[in-house]
Amino acid sequence: MDVFWISLLVLGLIGAVFALLLYYVAQRFWVPEDPLIDEVLSVLPGANCGGCGKAGCKAMAEAFVKQGNMEGLRCPVGGESVARKVAALLDCSPLVTEPQVATVRCSACFAKQPTTLYDGLKDCAFVSSVYVGDGGCAYGCLGYGNCVPTCQFGAIKMDQERRIPVIDDDKCTGCGACANACPRHVIELRNRGVNNQKVFVRCVNQDKGVEARKVCTKACIGCGKCERTCLFGAVTVQNNVAYVDVRKCKQCRKCVVECPTGALVAQNFATPLKSQDSD
Amino acid sequence: MLKTFAIGGIHPSDNKLAANQPIEYLPLPQQVVVMMSQHIGAPAVSLVEPGDKVLVGQLIGEGKAFMSANIHSPVSGVVTKVDMCRDIAGMPKPAVYINVEGDEWLSTIDRSPEIKYECNLDPSQVFDKIKEMGIVGLGGATFPTHIKYAANDDRNIDYLIVNGVECEPYLTADSRLLVEHATEICIAIDIVRQARGIAHAAIGIEANKPEAIALMTQVAGRFESLEVVPLKMKYPQGAEKQLIYAITHRRVPSGKLPIDVGCIISNAGTMFAIYEALQKNKPLFERVVTVTGKGVKTQHNYKVRVGTSIKSLVEFSIGEIPGSVGKIISGGPMMGKAIFNLDAPTTKGMGGVLIMNESESVRQEETTCIRCGKCLNACPMGLEPYLFSALVRHERYAEARQRNILDCIECGSCAYSCPAHKPLTSEIRLGKAKVRAMMPKK
Repeated sequence: MDVFWISLLVLGLIGAVFALLLYYVAQRFWVPEDPLIDEVLSVLPGANCGGCGKAGCKAMAEAFVKQGNMEGLRCPVGGESVARKVAALLDCSPLVTEPQVATVRCSACFAKQPTTLYDGLKDCAFVSSVYVGDGGCAYGCLGYGNCVPTCQFGAIKMDQERRIPVIDDDKCTGCGACANACPRHVIELRNRGVNNQKVFVRCVNQDKGVEARKVCTKACIGCGKCERTCLFGAVTVQNNVAYVDVRKCKQCRKCVVECPTGALVAQNFATPLKSQDSD
Repeated sequence: MLKTFAIGGIHPSDNKLAANQPIEYLPLPQQVVVMMSQHIGAPAVSLVEPGDKVLVGQLIGEGKAFMSANIHSPVSGVVTKVDMCRDIAGMPKPAVYINVEGDEWLSTIDRSPEIKYECNLDPSQVFDKIKEMGIVGLGGATFPTHIKYAANDDRNIDYLIVNGVECEPYLTADSRLLVEHATEICIAIDIVRQARGIAHAAIGIEANKPEAIALMTQVAGRFESLEVVPLKMKYPQGAEKQLIYAITHRRVPSGKLPIDVGCIISNAGTMFAIYEALQKNKPLFERVVTVTGKGVKTQHNYKVRVGTSIKSLVEFSIGEIPGSVGKIISGGPMMGKAIFNLDAPTTKGMGGVLIMNESESVRQEETTCIRCGKCLNACPMGLEPYLFSALVRHERYAEARQRNILDCIECGSCAYSCPAHKPLTSEIRLGKAKVRAMMPKK
């Protein structure tokens, strides 16, 4: 029985000493932290995706509180509702931006049968440093899927047959992780239209038309028809490739009808255009 | 006991199939595509326009940026367009297209075969001339030579090392030059050595080229402070840090250059180009290219005007490309790049075209790393390739950087020795690119 009491006493004393020590250390080295940080953190989405450019949600919350307003700080995942909550906590005007969605600007037609067999490291960043890729297009998607694992929201899947990432617009939060992972900058963040409706140029090939056509049947050839058709000045051709400015586009889809190669596409519209393929 | 470098290294069979083939002139092609970036650094700025007539040796691209080099017309004829072309990887690059008409050289170029010993240029003129003639390192890296010898650098340099090692299997372009143009190379070494005020010059040659060693030793004896150093065969002895150690026993510290240990290193082919530039006033527009391979019947060393398409070079050499060919490589099997686009033009840096059979060229399936440590033994830089592989796969680039991933010279010894056939060199290259992207810009 002695052993029991002695052990209890000794361990109890050790425990008490450490408790006092911990209490002292906690008091002595206590760093005052603004309780607001935790409050802001609790309204942020908590995905730690890095879409804001910070290391995670905690770092973003600290940045918000330090700055005291929302200027230049944007949580793409949270969107308007989070922005309003943060603004309420910080007591400033909310920075509301258009929600964005990642858009793959390549048709991955792989029109030509690959002339080469690549058996090296299957990584887009590496392949793009070695050669143009199976399709021969020096600008388009390589199809090795570096973007897929970066998505924290499960919004990207590889279409194995066409070898191109497909983005689920409903799941995509517009954090931009995939766009950063793409060595060819094929993925672009574009403003989310009404009902996810999108009008965009599904090509980033900057080659001249003849060269572009050699490697891809659906490439933008920079003919400028769309530019001339657009009544709102939303379409411009630069470096042999057209670009639709979302802010100016009224989604009339006249350019889509005019596009001779089908590089200009309209997606998620209720009424399909007659010359537009279904995807 | 022959000298060599201390750490790592491998012994691939050297396969110098074309070693006894004298250098032949490739017939002029009908069209050349002269790329404006045949060197490390900014592309040259094109000086010609479609319709212009050019002569052999005429300046057509000016290296305006600090890190750039001049480009000269390799043929005489008419410029048809100034446009993009596709390089061996299929990437678009600026180029000048010239239709060949006759073979009319600039009158300033001395085409006589006799050897000119005397050089009456003063030191600064020597390096200006090297710059003007568009000389770049012909060992493969194509570093503009005039920058390497930058005359205003006051660091003390006491060793000029000439790389006649040619440790890449198959390639014989440099060893042919050593045998056929020994005197010219020695003259160039002597001029450069004196112009830069360097005390010693040494030329390293591997033991598998006894003919070159014997001849060079004999010729070098006629020049002051020029030593021929026979080296034990080991890959990658032609890498600059390894060659410096083999010859001088100096170690280049991590992240430093040969110049920091008092050495300057140039390829033997570059030295021949410097001879032609200084003594014959001839710009760099042609080079020796080895066309070889186990699968082809005839082996050749051609003197090729840059801009000739690789396809025409190969077809002239072996005829129609047989179906048994699996891979065509620009450079050697260890560090060369597989050619995606055969229509690409040859460049100043292309020392060989290696034609591989299908059976030779297919990669074996990758299996799991068994921590055998063969890559550690093979790495000539004393790095840990298997670890880099894991770090890169897990995107732990900061750790990779701490372990000096940037010291990797991408020689391929680790991948060569890996029994699991892991693409170690590829992964390290990817890791290097990521680490460099992470580093703050200077």
